[in-house]
Amino acid sequence: MSKATRAAFGETLVELAGEDVDVVAVEADLSKSTTTATFADAFPNRFFNVGIAEQNMIDVAAGLAVTGKVAFTGSFAVFATGRAYDQVRNTVCYSELDVKLAPTHSGVTVGPDGGSHQMLEDLALMRALPGMRVLVPADFNSAKAALRTAATTPGPFYIRLGRVGVEEVYPSDTTFELGRAYVLREGTDVTLAACGLMVGQALEAADQLAEKGINAEVIDVATIKPIDADTILASARKTGFVVTCEEHSIIGGLGSAVAELLVENAPVPMRRIGVRDVFGTSGEPAELLEHFGLTAAHIALAARELRASAV
Amino acid sequence: MADMPATDAIRRAAARMRLDIVEMIAEAGSGHPGGSLSAADIVATLYFGVMNHDGNRPDMPERDRFVLSKGHAAPVLYAALSEAGYFGREHLTTLRKLGSMLQGHPDSKKMPGVEVSTGSLGQGLSIANGIALGLRMDGGSQRVFCLMGDGELQEGQVWEAAMFAAHENLSSLTAIVDSNGLQIDGACNEVMCLGEIGRKFAAFGWQVIEVDGHDPDAMIAAFGAAHAASEANNAPSVLVASTVKGKGVSFMENNAGWHGKAPSADETEQAGNELRAVIAKETADV
Repeated sequence: MSKATRAAFGETLVELAGEDVDVVAVEADLSKSTTTATFADAFPNRFFNVGIAEQNMIDVAAGLAVTGKVAFTGSFAVFATGRAYDQVRNTVCYSELDVKLAPTHSGVTVGPDGGSHQMLEDLALMRALPGMRVLVPADFNSAKAALRTAATTPGPFYIRLGRVGVEEVYPSDTTFELGRAYVLREGTDVTLAACGLMVGQALEAADQLAEKGINAEVIDVATIKPIDADTILASARKTGFVVTCEEHSIIGGLGSAVAELLVENAPVPMRRIGVRDVFGTSGEPAELLEHFGLTAAHIALAARELRASAV
Repeated sequence: MADMPATDAIRRAAARMRLDIVEMIAEAGSGHPGGSLSAADIVATLYFGVMNHDGNRPDMPERDRFVLSKGHAAPVLYAALSEAGYFGREHLTTLRKLGSMLQGHPDSKKMPGVEVSTGSLGQGLSIANGIALGLRMDGGSQRVFCLMGDGELQEGQVWEAAMFAAHENLSSLTAIVDSNGLQIDGACNEVMCLGEIGRKFAAFGWQVIEVDGHDPDAMIAAFGAAHAASEANNAPSVLVASTVKGKGVSFMENNAGWHGKAPSADETEQAGNELRAVIAKETADV
């Protein structure tokens, strides 16, 4: 079934509040898009809409966290991280508060709204903040589990959610372990390390590679920070080649995090699949994935070229 | 007449706090004396005449909450917390030094009695909004105070927060504007005209009270009136407190140059003499 990770947001908040988790949500006029409206309907006294004011959104959530609430924030990734960066840095992270940013509409699959609304630098921004934990769930089920993990683990979290439907990768009863990368397919010839909706693309790429006789290992790096060094390094040492796959700039996100890890511990040839230092543009999500080279075919080609170049 | 808070004690505390402010900044070799001194009477009035708090129990749930949005005035907060027994006076000489809990701007992870870290201007009122909301959700009756500078009101987020507080009927929230008229680059109204601060807040739906920010008696009355007006109108309140930047040190008063620099040894001696004379006078008046 194809459901968007954003659809997990409001639904999971409703479940958490029903389980007596002291959860609140602060939204900036995008409750229908982010699905926090679902939570607002069920728990109106736990929902606050600040209007179009993202800086206030983050700091109101911070204040609520100061009083012991588990405070989730909405809005789109571009505004929640970009417009309110100083609030996230100087108040949420510097004070180590229980604020959980779960903005939606990350990456190019925002689609027709275009480059102004397609956030491609959020992982870079959030990953650089001391104390911030960065989660990129691969599907709806993983997103629900990630939101639960964030709600029940103290401190700041960033949970990256998307607009478009993605095929199920995990079962509905899946759990989300902070700091763990999940090996979804074992292989020996190349490691495909992916996050978010690129996990599905990487699994498809592994099928394509298998047809060429290449046995790819697929890892869902669901937590970008703290990154699962053991799993990634073990895979890199085993396969000798790593391709990272993300719906994000190749600067500062998953590709950078994995490169940092490999360079210091197990240097192997690698390629980064991602948006190559340009802004997004209007188009349909599937067209944009093709346009920016973010499909299974692109991943498979990069893997083959990587292996060939090292011979 | 109900018990009037002892404003003589507030004056004495403020006088001691001013000396601490000057001496700790001199020892640190850097810091912000101007806006700390302008806020000394406001903060002394809050901590020793208005707020329910206990220096021995910084986390007591029923305490009123204070957010120093103008975080660069950290020395005035440290002086008040020390005076109130949150930590020993020996820490005051560690301001801005490696390993100190007296960070250059307030750090809630290091300092007891600091609710939230501040320093990046324009954020405190939003945070205070969230605190007021959270306490109200839990059925509490604690009051929330947020001290801002007037120059700080140039930050757009302040007005996002002002809108929100009125919309959410945050009657437990009282903001105070330390209106000393100066900012780093000069007079506020020359750098970026603030217009009529009180009327701006009133237009956003706040209860507004103008007060002399160096008169504890007037401020005690103003905080009482603000509380009453907030309760009556189900709205947040703001005290627009007229102050003098650098108040209490003759050569610092009304001089933007003293926004963010430490006095020399000679200047510290002169300031100390002036402030000790005030302490002696306030003490003799008892």
